[in-house]
Amino acid sequence: MAQIFTASADTRLRAFFLIMLLVVLGVAAFAGGLADSTYVTMVGWFRDQPVPFSHQHHVQGLGIDCRYCHTGVETSAQAGLPATHVCMTCHSQVWTGAPLLALVRQSFASGTPLEWNRVAKVPDYVYFNHSIHVTRGVPCVECHGRIDEMPLTARAQPFQMQWCLSCHRDPAPHLRPPEQVTQMDWSDWERDPQAHKDYGALMVQAYGIEPDKLVQCNTCHR
Amino acid sequence: MSEAVDHPGSQRRAEGSRVTRQIMRIPTRYPGKWVWDLCFLICLCFLVLFLVSVVILFRNGVGVWGNTIPVNWGLAISNYIFFVGIGHAGTLISAMLLLLNEHWRNALNRFAEAMTLVAVICAGLYPILHLGRFWRFYWMAPYPNTMDLWPQFKSPLTWDFFAVLTYLIVSFLFWYIGLVPDLATMRDRAKKRGGQVFYGVLALGWRGSARHWARWNQSYRITAAIAVPLVVSVHSEISLLFAAGPIPGWTSTVFPPYFVLGAAFSGFAVVSMIAVVLRFAFRLEEIVTDRHLDLLGQLLLACGMMTAFGYVAEIFDALYAGEKQDLQTLFDRFTGENAWSYWGAVILNFLPLQLLWWKRMRIFPVTLFLIGLSVTVGMWLERYMLLVTTLYRDYLVSSYGSYAPSFWEWSLFIGMIGGVFLLPFLLFIRFFPAISAFEIKESQFEDQGERQGD
Repeated sequence: MAQIFTASADTRLRAFFLIMLLVVLGVAAFAGGLADSTYVTMVGWFRDQPVPFSHQHHVQGLGIDCRYCHTGVETSAQAGLPATHVCMTCHSQVWTGAPLLALVRQSFASGTPLEWNRVAKVPDYVYFNHSIHVTRGVPCVECHGRIDEMPLTARAQPFQMQWCLSCHRDPAPHLRPPEQVTQMDWSDWERDPQAHKDYGALMVQAYGIEPDKLVQCNTCHR
Repeated sequence: MSEAVDHPGSQRRAEGSRVTRQIMRIPTRYPGKWVWDLCFLICLCFLVLFLVSVVILFRNGVGVWGNTIPVNWGLAISNYIFFVGIGHAGTLISAMLLLLNEHWRNALNRFAEAMTLVAVICAGLYPILHLGRFWRFYWMAPYPNTMDLWPQFKSPLTWDFFAVLTYLIVSFLFWYIGLVPDLATMRDRAKKRGGQVFYGVLALGWRGSARHWARWNQSYRITAAIAVPLVVSVHSEISLLFAAGPIPGWTSTVFPPYFVLGAAFSGFAVVSMIAVVLRFAFRLEEIVTDRHLDLLGQLLLACGMMTAFGYVAEIFDALYAGEKQDLQTLFDRFTGENAWSYWGAVILNFLPLQLLWWKRMRIFPVTLFLIGLSVTVGMWLERYMLLVTTLYRDYLVSSYGSYAPSFWEWSLFIGMIGGVFLLPFLLFIRFFPAISAFEIKESQFEDQGERQGD
């Protein structure tokens, strides 16, 4: 009777298992890398907008405060995108005929809001509240990055749960005086790190911030 | 098995090859093929029913089931426990009796192990089906992730994930390692090229050399030694799923042994049923002898009586502690809206069982089969009773509720029995040696050797 298998069959079977093992490990490594990549987190990926609004120009160039447009940030869960009226407070006076702003004028005339593409976004099962963070002194730049250097807006942070938790576990070093939260380049404490440390510890005490409670599931998932 | 005492070697060899022929003829030249085809077709229909129920469940969520807020476990979890429980008998017969050197196990172990494997697969599917967000099931595993999430190692639900996964892997390894020498026999007896390659690849180049046998013995016995404690740990852990919840009726300290013995009880019932059916279908009276049925009957009776002790201990516990809610739960079991599940379990589990005190009843296949069936249904009712009679009324009257399984729960369960439990088992019987030929030959040889003192 003829042999069923050739002499190399054993080696080929072993090679097959080895390759399968490598494939499984490779897929796991790829999936792990992908989950943390900017392709998924969208960090640094500029999003197209109906009107190419430049934070760089308005914040750095003109010095407009964040709260001029994002009015709800201190009092409500949502920071809020400005109504077209807010744009038109200036643009009824300056660049009134600019072709770039045609859509804004159109929106103003028709009363239909502009549909901006959202950049900074947490999933719908996360209950994020801007006011509590801002009034306790978590600066805008902490999550949104140097928005004053972005001609088009991009995500500055990955907005992953581990990133949220990194601050919730130890909020003290991220706090600054609430009146400074909208300052993009505030650096008073760079010369005096001890002051920052003392301030953080004191404020955690003063506000009754308990990191143990901040990392409980139902703090963010209600 | 013990017909001749003075075998010269050649006669012994002849008898050995007769055993091989008897067992191997089932997969190679399948007798009564149309019966198998019919069964296979029926099971395929059940598989379709199962798949439809799963699709309906996945599209609509767990809401299509009858689960309510006090009774949020329902059929899914009671069936899960039922299936894991059946599985334990296979491991006990195979691994424990192997380590104890009980030769009679060799006629039963292979199909009991296969039964374990399919039962654990069925069981493992249930928690995933019950998840709601089933595609997140891997969150149970500890792996580095961007959410900084880690399983709660203090929770029996996490232990459950590890217990079932370990049990599945070990059961598979044990079944497969035991199968390898017989797969080599199948390879050598296969007539067609396809069969030769199929069995040849699965046999992993087994040549039956002395070194192969030595290695095989080592690995088989080590796996057995790993498998035996798993029987105890897996079902104890499942009892802790209950006991860790501070719910009246789930806090009895008898729970872990009660669950393990109940599992073995239901499992032996299923093994008895399968043994009787296989013996009848393939005329295997010479291999699965009256003695085997007798021993299975004895095991069934012993486990049954120990489980009955669990029932008594549970009642005693509630009465002795005298907690108001415990007594209420006990009373609900006796007379509440699900009292049928309690009395059904007691009657089906323990009444027909008493017939097994007589040897004539144990070796008579029909009674053994019917008692096995009664115990299987009874033990299913027991799991249902333990879950539902406890959950539907706990401390607060405001959280009283009730539970009735919906159509899709039943269809999923029935489809699973036919399509996920019986269908692979049928395939196994059709394509693999359902009884371990080489181990039977070995034990025959050793039994005769002992008798002759050589």
